[in-house]
Amino acid sequence: MLGDADPVRPDGMEAGPQAMFDYVYQRTNPAGLVREYWYHGAGCHAWLVVERDTRTHAVNGVKTARDVTLARQRGGR
Amino acid sequence: MARMRLWPRDLRQASLRYSAFKIFTEALRGNRGWQPVWREPEPKPSYDVIIVGGGGHGLATAYYLAKNHGLTNVAVLEKGYLASGNVGRNTTIIRSNYLLPGNIPFYEHSMKLWEGLEQDLNYNAMVSQRGVLNLYHSDAQRDAYARRGNAMRMHGVDAELLDRDGVKALVPFLDFDNARFPIQGGLIQRRGGTARHDAVAWGYARGADQRGVDLIQNCEVTGIRIERGRVVGVETTRGYIGARKVGLAVAGNSSRLAAMAGLRLPIDSHVLQAFVTEGLKPVIDIVMTFGAGHFYVSQSDKGGLVFGGDIDGYNSYAQRGNLPVIEDVMEGAMAVWPGLGRVRLLRHWGGIMDMSMDGSPIIDRTPVEGLYLNAGWCYGGFKATPASGFCFAHLIARDDMHPVASGYRLDRFASGAVIDEKGVGAQANLH
Repeated sequence: MLGDADPVRPDGMEAGPQAMFDYVYQRTNPAGLVREYWYHGAGCHAWLVVERDTRTHAVNGVKTARDVTLARQRGGR
Repeated sequence: MARMRLWPRDLRQASLRYSAFKIFTEALRGNRGWQPVWREPEPKPSYDVIIVGGGGHGLATAYYLAKNHGLTNVAVLEKGYLASGNVGRNTTIIRSNYLLPGNIPFYEHSMKLWEGLEQDLNYNAMVSQRGVLNLYHSDAQRDAYARRGNAMRMHGVDAELLDRDGVKALVPFLDFDNARFPIQGGLIQRRGGTARHDAVAWGYARGADQRGVDLIQNCEVTGIRIERGRVVGVETTRGYIGARKVGLAVAGNSSRLAAMAGLRLPIDSHVLQAFVTEGLKPVIDIVMTFGAGHFYVSQSDKGGLVFGGDIDGYNSYAQRGNLPVIEDVMEGAMAVWPGLGRVRLLRHWGGIMDMSMDGSPIIDRTPVEGLYLNAGWCYGGFKATPASGFCFAHLIARDDMHPVASGYRLDRFASGAVIDEKGVGAQANLH
């Protein structure tokens, strides 16, 4: 488990210290739905983005991290 | 003579004081004279200070606000019942065997408060300085423990490096010749040990209540009211309550409360499990930690062996964990103490930890004036309870950080002055 999958690493050449601090240290840490990176070590060895509820541990859905990243790039982010 | 006169308040205090004499006289009177340990007051419209969170740290803060700083127009707001969170869910260990300068003075201050706690509170917290032993299993680990022990001794904390025979004299039943994790020795802090966790909260609650602090249970904070950058009160399930100052001591839920004030924190919430076995006759009279995996054990006065291990590793507010960590803890137990295979596990439970980004806590002001933060205790909060309350009260009363807690600043992540005892960086589930 690597943590929250939503933050996007700022461009180190462009971003200021505040943006890097926000990315590296600050967390939203919600009680509710989160999207987070999991590594499927016991199976296909893929990185996944799992949507999960932190109050119940219920898993709502899983996508491969690759698909999520490609979709994000196509969305212009 | 004036000093002989007993005022009504003094009389109440005298009648509430616990002693062997009181037990004796109550026994003669059929135990009809015992009074409730604290009042159940209705919330007042406003207070000088509101502490959010009726756990160990919040209650200790209220106690020291009243005792050390004379602030008694104080309320502690608790969403459930007092001590219903982590102060009643931990593995009761107290110690000050830290490595880094930002940590050692703070935890040693806590250790010294533990040593005088029961006399101070007039309450039996069952503080037992039975010793905390950390095993080492390799040359490299011995060197690391020697370094830690030296750092402790340079700060005036007791530490002793034991060789294999020294460990064998204490806990002869361990698997010393385990092929993968042979026991080479251990680092022991003899002043460390355990305390009865609930009693610590109850003792602080009683002490705060007797000094006039209102302990308000079943009162969940649902909003923090801020006007022109300054906190003015809190919205609760029992209505709005005004306050000049508000202190958050809600570890596990710090991010949620901070979000009510528009703040984001360098904290992830994680679940940590603990375990207790069926009751046994006395078998282990120290706290022992396995150095090659996540497992530690002590024996409670009821006879149950209390086990602890690692956090589950994923964000959670559920107060319950999953089987892989249970298996991991039991594997650690079997590796170091094979005899445990004959013991049955009785219960296990989970609590929610504030895992900070450097593994160390935060006791500081926030960008909102009058709003103070006590958070980020990871899984080391219980042993810190006295010093945490002591230093948080100091901060709230004087608007000045206590010297032993001066490293626990909220801005240390931005400034780079992190206190990363484990050296793993900003990955909360690795601390």
